[in-house]
This record gives sequence, C-alpha cells and structure tokens, in this order.
Amino acid sequence: MTHPDAKLSEKVFADDVERLPTRDGFGKGAIEAGKADENVVVLCADLTESTRAEWFEKEFPERFVEVGIAEQHMAALAAGMAAAGKVPFITSYAAFNPGRNYEQIRTTVALNEANVKVCGMHAGVSVGPDGATHQMLEDIGLMRMLPGMTVIAPGDAEEARKAVVAAAQHTGPVYLRFGRSATPVFTTPDTPFAIGKALLLWESEHPQVALLSTGALSHAAIKAARALAAEGVEALVLHTPTVKPLDEEAVRASAERVRLVVTVEEHQAAGGFGSAVAEFLASAHPLPIVRLGVDDRFGQSGDPDELLAQYGLDAPHIQERVHEALAAL
Amino acid sequence: MALTDDEVQKLEQKAEAIRETIITMLVAAGSGHTAGPLGTADIFAAFYFYILKHDPANPDWDERDRLILSNGHIVPVRYAAMAHAGYFPVEECLTLRKFGSRLQGHPERLRLPGLETTSGPLGEGLSQAAGIAYALRMDGKKNQVYVVMGDGEQDEGQVWEAAMWAGKERLANLTAVIDRNNIQIDGYTEDVMPLESLRAKYEAFNWHVLEANGHDLRAFVAAVEEAKAIYEKPVVIIAHTIPGKGVPEIEFDYHWHGKPPTKEEGKRFLKELRTLGGKLPHEYA
Repeated sequence: MTHPDAKLSEKVFADDVERLPTRDGFGKGAIEAGKADENVVVLCADLTESTRAEWFEKEFPERFVEVGIAEQHMAALAAGMAAAGKVPFITSYAAFNPGRNYEQIRTTVALNEANVKVCGMHAGVSVGPDGATHQMLEDIGLMRMLPGMTVIAPGDAEEARKAVVAAAQHTGPVYLRFGRSATPVFTTPDTPFAIGKALLLWESEHPQVALLSTGALSHAAIKAARALAAEGVEALVLHTPTVKPLDEEAVRASAERVRLVVTVEEHQAAGGFGSAVAEFLASAHPLPIVRLGVDDRFGQSGDPDELLAQYGLDAPHIQERVHEALAAL
Repeated sequence: MALTDDEVQKLEQKAEAIRETIITMLVAAGSGHTAGPLGTADIFAAFYFYILKHDPANPDWDERDRLILSNGHIVPVRYAAMAHAGYFPVEECLTLRKFGSRLQGHPERLRLPGLETTSGPLGEGLSQAAGIAYALRMDGKKNQVYVVMGDGEQDEGQVWEAAMWAGKERLANLTAVIDRNNIQIDGYTEDVMPLESLRAKYEAFNWHVLEANGHDLRAFVAAVEEAKAIYEKPVVIIAHTIPGKGVPEIEFDYHWHGKPPTKEEGKRFLKELRTLGGKLPHEYA
C-alpha cells in the first residue's frame, strides 16, 4: 500500500492522474524562488520556452539573462554572478548543460564552490522524437562525481517545484534534472520534500524486494510494486530524489528489510543513481542489487512510452526483472 | 591623469621586485611558467600599486575593484604582486606549488583571500568577469572589473562566446587586458593559430579596443584611464609585452612559456635582472 506519510495523490494509480512535465515544476519553482529572494536570477541559452525559463522571464524580466547558444559561457558567467552575490539558475537541455559545459561547471562552479544551480532539462530517453543526441543519459554520473555537488532528480512536477525552491535556499552548487514529457503528478503539496531525504512511497509488512528509484520513474516503480503485490510479492519503494548526498540512513533501512534491491532510473545503468546505491550498500549492507537503467546504449527517436518500454524501464519490465532476480536468488 | 616621473619610478621598482620574486619562487617550486609572469610584471605592478581600489588587509572589501586572472598559469606574477602589496608575507611565495600551500599551481579562490576566481583551464575568465560586472551593474554598484587574459587563450571558443555577450550587454564596467606576447606552449601564436587581426575581431564583437606597450607603465595606466571613460562598450586593452621580459637571454623565446629556471639559471637570471647598468627594465627596453 502507499505509505500514508508520503501523502500521495489520490489518483496515483488512476488513468486520469494529472500529467505534467517536471520542467513545468522548474518554471513554477523559479518564480517562487524569485519572489522569496531578489538575488535569484535565471540564465538561458536560447531555449527559453522549452526549459520554462520563460515563465521566470515574464515575471522578472530584469533578472532573466539570455546568453545565446553558449552553454560554456553561461556556466562561467553564472559563477561570476554568484561571486557578486547572485543565485543563478542556468538552464538548457541536459545534453548541453552539463553535457557541453562540464569542465566549466567543474572548475568555475564546483571547485570554486559557486552558488550556481545547474538545471538540465530534457534528460533521459523520454525526450522522445529528438533522438539520441538530445537524450542525456550520463548527467547524473557526471554531476555526482563532482565534489560538493548536490544532485536532485525530482519525481514529478510538484516535487520539481519544491526542489527548485529548496535549491535556491541551499548554499552551494546544485544539479537539478528535469524531463521533457508529461509524467504523472503522484505527489501533492503536502508530500514532504527536503534535500537529502528519501521518501517511502510503497510499504509492505514483509517485503522481499526494495525498489529504489529516482526521477519520474518512481511512478513506474510504485505501479510495479502494486502489480507485484497482486502476485504475492511484497515490495517497498523508496523514492530518492536526492542522488547526492544519498539518504544513507533510509537506503540502509530499506536494504536491511529485504533480500534484493532493485534500482530504477532513466540514465545509464553505470555511473548514476544505481551505482551510488551499490557503492554505498557494498560496504554498508551487502546484498544482491539489480540496477535498472539504460544498459550501455544510446537512445533513439520514438514516443516516450515506446522508448521507456524498449529500454526496459516501464512498470511491466520492472515487475518482470524483479521476478527474474528473485528467482535467481 | 598621466603618471608623474616619481610614480613611474616607484612602479618600475615594484615591477622589478615582482620579477625577482617570480624567479625566486619558480626556482623553489621546480615547476611552473616563467615567460608570462615576467612579461606581465609591469601590468600587475600597475594594477596592485596604482590602478586597483583595494585593501590588502580586507580582501573581501565590498568596494574593491575586481581583478580576474583568466590565464591562471601566470599566477606567480599575481602572487608576487599580492605579496609585495601586503596580502601575505613575501616569504610565503617560496611555498608556491608545494603541498599545503595556499599558493596552488593554478590559483584557487577558496584557498587564498584576494583571489577573485579559480582559474587555469583557459578561456573562462572573461565569462566570469562578465558575470561579476553584470551582477554589480544590476545592483547599481560602481566597482570596476578587470580581467587579464593570455593571447594564446584567445584560441578558446568560449572567449568569443563571452566577448559576444559582453558586447551585447554593453558592459562598460568591464575592462579586459590581453597579454599579447605572441607565444603559447607550442610556439608563436601566429604559427599555432593566427589571431590577427585581434583588434578587428574585438571591434567586430562591439568592443572598444585600445593598444598599449605593456612595459610602458605610463602608457598602460593611460589606457586603463581611457577605458574608464568609455561608457558605451566594454574595453579591451591589447597590451604588447615581451615574454620573459627583464631576462634578456629568455626574452621572446616560447620555450620558456611553461618551464621554470633551474637553480643555476635562476642565479643567472637574477643577476641579469640586477645588472642592467643600473637601469630599470623599462628603460633598458
């Protein structure tokens, strides 16, 4: 059953659950953060509409900065603005930000501990028709390796809004990951969110498997958990929007209750959230771990749902992999 | 206002002291860059002892001008200038590049108060300086923002992203100085990747371009003063310098871009610096 403390949407499993892209949450959250702190500025590299930076621009035109198609400049420019007291959010597609400007982020933001919030939109294969060039699958890995970088992949548009507000209040570099396609809004304004805190979405009395997920695929994880329950396999789902710093206490507590951990993310299976979990549990509480993600491949054009199925990341595939892994124990 | 003869002489003496410290610290470090720091000693003397509004006892002073060093590998000149200006003891320069030192091989803002940015990877300083200048202007502040870049780093595409943007935003509180010494690690700039016409390039990016002899303190300071009077555009001063300036045997030689003097060479270089017939480098040139 869904965990009462998560205060999830009543429509979490309904066909008519509200669907919004997490980037909409960025748009709303940026305005909120901008109202709360006049030092918040938003920079964009010629993708104002699709990143939703435009929403902030309309509200605070004097605090919006258009840099043109120049992501490398944007990152270092923001580091400079942060040095003068601003709280810059830099926005573009994740393939370019942090894909194109990784070294600028490394040197001028991370090493320099600049108070810059890197926002990568259109992450994952669910970008859809644009194809592999625009489907960033390595950003969590790139960002979580940087010392001092906080990494957040919100689960839905509502949580994305909260994450943006929290990032603005947090001092230090943050990477925020957003998606392009509309995904279920399964949390509510009452759902707790704090940087570094994971959230139990699905609870069972005697779980055999813990599904640890990040980003919008957490919805697929709870759907899979519910389907597994109907088949007599008890599971729990720990939604982990903050990949770094990992909520080690919650991850360990979940792992200690089960025989198997399955991680779920829309990212390369190597180097991302699943790796972070595996690295931690390898010493904290060793047990079998299956990491679901994109398996050392690039994406391709297609419809988002079709692609998630193709790459084995929808609820039925998660369910299937859990059965396989339990059978192999 | 032009410098008086006394002011020029005082700055030349500071530049001389900075050069001596550069050679001494590079010998002690056993690695690092020689040509660029020696070539920009006059420029850094001008900044720290005349141009900048700053307070060595209060490096974070809000009213300070900002001096950003983009080509971080020439940082020995900045460390030496800062030490002579009183930011830290000159003896600390001997810790350059050593374990535990605040004087990292490439400058790190968080380690040494008085540095404005962390730099080394080339082509990033102009963007950061533009960000600082833009944010200060947003807040209605009058601080001047200066950024020193190398000429070799003009090869980096990001420099032109930043130049285009600063031109668009008419960042008049931003003055860039390009150390035009015509060398980079692999050779002469015009062989590795021709930059000329550098003036025409920046003009085309909507900058006001000035040129000055980077060893003529009166001319360089005059260019900076002129830059302050340009209200419509960012200004770039192309400062023509001699790499290795002050040590005749290495001047103009790109092989000295990225290596330090040995102990023996260091002794000889210091002697060369000090035996210019009692003349200062500027007069010698």
